[in-house]
Amino acid sequence: MPWTTIQVEKLDNFFIKGDSAGDRVMTYRDALHEAFDQSLARDPRVFIMGEGVDDVAGVFGTTKGLKEKYGAERVFDTPIAENSLTGIAAGAAMAGLRPVLVHARMDFLLLSLDQLVNHAAKWCYMFGGQVTVPMVVRTISARGWGSGAQHSQCIQGMLMNVPGLKIVAPATPYDAKGLMISAIIDNNPVLFVEHRWLHKTTGHVPEELYSIPIGKGVIRREGDDITIVGISYMLVEALKAAEKLQEAGISAEVVDLRSLKPFDEELLIKSVEKTGRLIIADTGSKTGSVASEIAAFAAEKAFHLLKKPVKRVCCPDTPTPTSDVLEKAFYPTDNDIFNEAVKLVKE
Amino acid sequence: MESGKLIEMYRTMKLIRLIEQRINDEYKYDEIKTPIHLSIGQEAVAAGVCINLRKDDYIFGTHRSHAQYIAKGGDIKKMFAELYLRKTGCARGRGGSMHLMDRDVGILGSSAIVGGSIPLGTGTALASKLMGNDRVTVVFFGDGAADEGTFHESLNFAALKKLPVVYVCENNFYAINSHQRARHANDNISKWAQNYGMPGFRIDGNDVLEVAEYAERAIARCRSGEGPTLIECLTYRWKGHIGTVDDVGEGYRPKEEYDYWISRCPIKRFSEFLRDNGVLTDELENSIDEEIKQLIEEAFDFAQNSPKPSPDELMDFVYAD
Repeated sequence: MPWTTIQVEKLDNFFIKGDSAGDRVMTYRDALHEAFDQSLARDPRVFIMGEGVDDVAGVFGTTKGLKEKYGAERVFDTPIAENSLTGIAAGAAMAGLRPVLVHARMDFLLLSLDQLVNHAAKWCYMFGGQVTVPMVVRTISARGWGSGAQHSQCIQGMLMNVPGLKIVAPATPYDAKGLMISAIIDNNPVLFVEHRWLHKTTGHVPEELYSIPIGKGVIRREGDDITIVGISYMLVEALKAAEKLQEAGISAEVVDLRSLKPFDEELLIKSVEKTGRLIIADTGSKTGSVASEIAAFAAEKAFHLLKKPVKRVCCPDTPTPTSDVLEKAFYPTDNDIFNEAVKLVKE
Repeated sequence: MESGKLIEMYRTMKLIRLIEQRINDEYKYDEIKTPIHLSIGQEAVAAGVCINLRKDDYIFGTHRSHAQYIAKGGDIKKMFAELYLRKTGCARGRGGSMHLMDRDVGILGSSAIVGGSIPLGTGTALASKLMGNDRVTVVFFGDGAADEGTFHESLNFAALKKLPVVYVCENNFYAINSHQRARHANDNISKWAQNYGMPGFRIDGNDVLEVAEYAERAIARCRSGEGPTLIECLTYRWKGHIGTVDDVGEGYRPKEEYDYWISRCPIKRFSEFLRDNGVLTDELENSIDEEIKQLIEEAFDFAQNSPKPSPDELMDFVYAD
């Protein structure tokens, strides 16, 4: 059993309500598995590679059994060579395939930035649109149980600064499946940001193949007093905070952008227009985070709509500590969102 | 090798040489607004390898890839237009000299990051294998790229998966001004390949016949599913690393070394061989030169008379549709 499973098993299985119609309930992890299964069945150009994708654990169950079903040529383990594997995936994409590359930790993605940033993301522009690079890079962030400084980073904010790269960060099972299918059929490199603590989240997931447009967000909970944007796993904390805020007489609107680049600017402005207050909760460190980018966007485009300054609820600018005591101090929770919201609404 | 192919290789080498000399001559007018990296003196490598490739085979190159583009059959007019950063350029004026491409002949681009295209070419080879076709990929890179992790990671992967890729290292001994001896403990680029599990050869890169012979065998191995090969071609760049500078005798490169390699000019050696064997005559040489000169003139005219991109196109192509 991978050690992080211990932590994940301890978590509540957070249920996302109103995610989609139907009564078929599934975990985020199984929704991803279904997206791969259906994509591999549908399109012979799709293949999955990465460390451990064909082993018995199957990347936390998301690729389990797919090698047996689709063959070792389409689902295969790789040497530990993140940078070149990213380039190999990009080359295969240029030749007409649709690779999905998996990094079991987002920290390992840092080893691949030359091929991801210098090559895959720029190729289309650099050659005037004549060669495209349709590939998906899956990264999974961990949290807790002493994951520490090199096994728990959430660097999606850093990657926002890369032209040509699309970034999605679904938080619900329905979105995980729909956005994975969208990422696979997209003609650009797409970074697919997952969080270990979301893998056991449950929600409604239709059986059929469907896609969710990249760049479209949703309102997860309607409210009038304050807008809370929850990025990746922080959506769960935002929804918990909204529940508590309601008990305290504050009506919070929870926005789930789902896609980070491009993100749904219109949806954000509409929500801020209604509430006049904005909190962004992100899983990464504060400086240069996705929250920072959204805050800057709000300052540029929605300043006139804001009644109070924008607040960012993020991890502090330190490496992740391993000590359980320091870890607790490091990670923001629903309480931090709650407290900031109360200050913005009541003070 | 039949005489038609010999002459084709000779013409390719001459075409590369004359085009690069023309670029060298034009550069001072400051209208080619892109960094250029000339490979005068290294023509035999691209010519000897590409003579064995089909139109639908892939090649990947580097910042110094005029020669490979020309040898693979890339469009010359579009190449010049790219150097002049025109809309009609092979990369629509977005790439410049370091990023030549011609999809129609399997050139999917080149990278200006040292070692950057080695994984990409390994990836197209993986695609050939997964798609069950017999298209071969050749990746060209310099000795400097053998310093990079991508070289080692990609060779390991290609050998593991028996991919149809030929790694052609143009060892001109210098990474900018840094000699291979200052960067590697041993003389071992081709031996590295052997340790990764593929044949590795070190050959005379200024002998186009030797290059063609080794490339033919390596490409045939790829087509029959036997996996990758590395060919380390010893050669020498006559010009400095970038632009049109001559850096000999200025504390950079010893004059004796330079003179030795000039005496081993690949075109001179090959034309002597062809003459000795009665394949090349004065008349044929003149007619080839004339044809090339005309081609170059037309390409320059085309480039200089082509439109530049307009500012409103800035955001085009960031994403594919």
